[in-house]
Amino acid sequence: MNAEIRPVKTAAEIGLADLFASARQHLPGGSETKALRLGAFDSFVAQGLPHSRVEAWRYTDLRRLVRDAKPLPAPPDLAAATAAGNAGALFAGLGFRRLLIVDGAFIPELSDLADLEAGISIRSTAHLLAADEPILSFGPGSAGGDPAVVLNAAFAADGVVIRIDANVVLERPIHLAYVTASATPSAMFTQSRLQVGSGARVTLVETHEGPDQSDYQVNTALQLVVGDEARLDHVKTTDEGGAALHVATLLVEVGARANYRAFGFTTGGSVVRNQLFTTLAGEGADVQIRQASLLAGRQHADTTLAIDHAAAGSQSREIFKAVVDDEARAVFQGKITVQPGAQKTDARMMARALLLSDDAVANCKPELEIFADDVQCGHGTTTGALDDQLKFYLMARGIPAKEAEALLIQAFVGEVIDAIERDDLREALSLAMTGWLKARG
Amino acid sequence: MTALLDIRGLKAEIDGRQILNGLDLTVGKGEIHAIMGPNGAGKSTLSYVLSGKPGYEITGGEVYLNGEDLLAMAPDERAAKGLFLAFQYPLEIPGVATLTFLRTALNAQRKKRGEEELSSPDVLKRVRELAKQLSIDPEMLKRPLNVGFSGGEKKRNETLQMALLEPKLCVLDETDSGLDIDALRIVADGVNRLRAADRGMVVITHYQRLLDYIVPDIVHVLAAGRIVKTGGKELALELEATGYAQYQSEAA
Repeated sequence: MNAEIRPVKTAAEIGLADLFASARQHLPGGSETKALRLGAFDSFVAQGLPHSRVEAWRYTDLRRLVRDAKPLPAPPDLAAATAAGNAGALFAGLGFRRLLIVDGAFIPELSDLADLEAGISIRSTAHLLAADEPILSFGPGSAGGDPAVVLNAAFAADGVVIRIDANVVLERPIHLAYVTASATPSAMFTQSRLQVGSGARVTLVETHEGPDQSDYQVNTALQLVVGDEARLDHVKTTDEGGAALHVATLLVEVGARANYRAFGFTTGGSVVRNQLFTTLAGEGADVQIRQASLLAGRQHADTTLAIDHAAAGSQSREIFKAVVDDEARAVFQGKITVQPGAQKTDARMMARALLLSDDAVANCKPELEIFADDVQCGHGTTTGALDDQLKFYLMARGIPAKEAEALLIQAFVGEVIDAIERDDLREALSLAMTGWLKARG
Repeated sequence: MTALLDIRGLKAEIDGRQILNGLDLTVGKGEIHAIMGPNGAGKSTLSYVLSGKPGYEITGGEVYLNGEDLLAMAPDERAAKGLFLAFQYPLEIPGVATLTFLRTALNAQRKKRGEEELSSPDVLKRVRELAKQLSIDPEMLKRPLNVGFSGGEKKRNETLQMALLEPKLCVLDETDSGLDIDALRIVADGVNRLRAADRGMVVITHYQRLLDYIVPDIVHVLAAGRIVKTGGKELALELEATGYAQYQSEAA
């Protein structure tokens, strides 16, 4: 006899079920969207919150880390929205086109929507959902059934949907500034999408932040579709408040001879999960993903990456760096899959962690799954402490211990920041890194 | 008058192994002292203990720099007080540009001494002048510190740092190792330019060759962790002829 063993539901899972029951009639969407929400939530109920026995979530056990479900936020009032006007200050003054998402709601009145370039359209996710137009689409991979993704699909309320027409070259970066303004801890679910037409060139900047005092929860999904021969540069900073939960799903599809260049910078949030599902869908697609996580206190930041080489002659490079202080934990899971037809794939992945204290932890798990026979794939990981010899050399020249450490940390992270091509972005992120080091004392 | 460097009965060990065994040495301002000795005598240990490298345990003795207790200071404080160690094997630091390193070091020292920090252009100007004197390609200054530098380039870079930081006491640890004769001449010229009435130098070397270029006032023989003989510069030539064997047996 097979007895089906159902784990006891956690308080958070029970809370989410209650929340869905009460909220589902009020979430945006016509009958189709409502049906999709129901299906998504059923899928969530069947799996529950992911835990350590789910391989993809092995190091980030949400059953343990999420204690309760938070209410959905009230629509931000003008005061909250105005208070959020400072969002994305790291990139202030650079002339980016900032689109403001406050407490999970897109605020067109406070977004830079004037003087839109020809060939660009910006719409709200809530409007599209209301018209039963789905925001996200899923390929054959596992992303569609991921517990964070189905939860997002069940509750998604708003976000931004951007379309760039073919061959449009946008000089002005688009900045999605997500901010939690509400002092009441709540749960924000957003869905956004950027479609870059073939041959177009765009820079997308994403910032996520919120107050330190509130244990709010963010579950955000973003889909990026990079058309053939297009180029998308993407920078994401995760700088949530000190008690926040941030779960982000990034779905990327890269077309033939298209370029996708990503840089992720994680400094804030109590529990952060950045999961990236990237498909190199067209021949000769070229992907470079770099990331730096700077963690302290009891922060937990997980980056989980699935790179799917589905077309011949595609190339990917991934470099992940984590600086981990105090009792923080950095997690990196990276899986490169090469599909049967994807001959001449060239894929390399590297994860390096620098531990600054005895209690800091780094978990690295790289994987390769190769179904083609003419490919070049490699991966590696290293974990270590600051080099005492180098530190002594710097100190022997008069540089105090903390400053010497800062120089060495900067050098460690510098490799990924220096690769950012745009000067303004690179300088802003260098400043953010310096700021983190200064705060370290 | 207070000596520039005053080492009294210094004993030090690493991993429980005694290396310095009651070493006495006094260096006055304006003097160049050479310390010669066989391998394993404690030459490098002396340089590391003076500069405060972690891992060495001081089990006895005292060291004063201009009358101040050197052993009580952290390595960066010793540097700010005017101690400079030219490393036998300068380290490579990927990701730290040479110029950034030089500026950070200079200004950290100035700050600690209560002097005004120098602007980046001012530092650059000084560094460029010194680089020219030492035949250092200015392009090298943009490269990560010592990464991919040849042995000669690394030693010239050490000399550049020494000239920029203007220390009171220079300790040169086997500066001649890994240098061909041309590089040796350039480095020695750089060191000789730093000879000054208020500056002392301790030149640690195994071979006499270096002392043809950096001519010492006083030569010491270090064996088994102690100074066993002191003489004039002719002592170096004598050692070249006779070797260290007699001192090793004497010390043992």
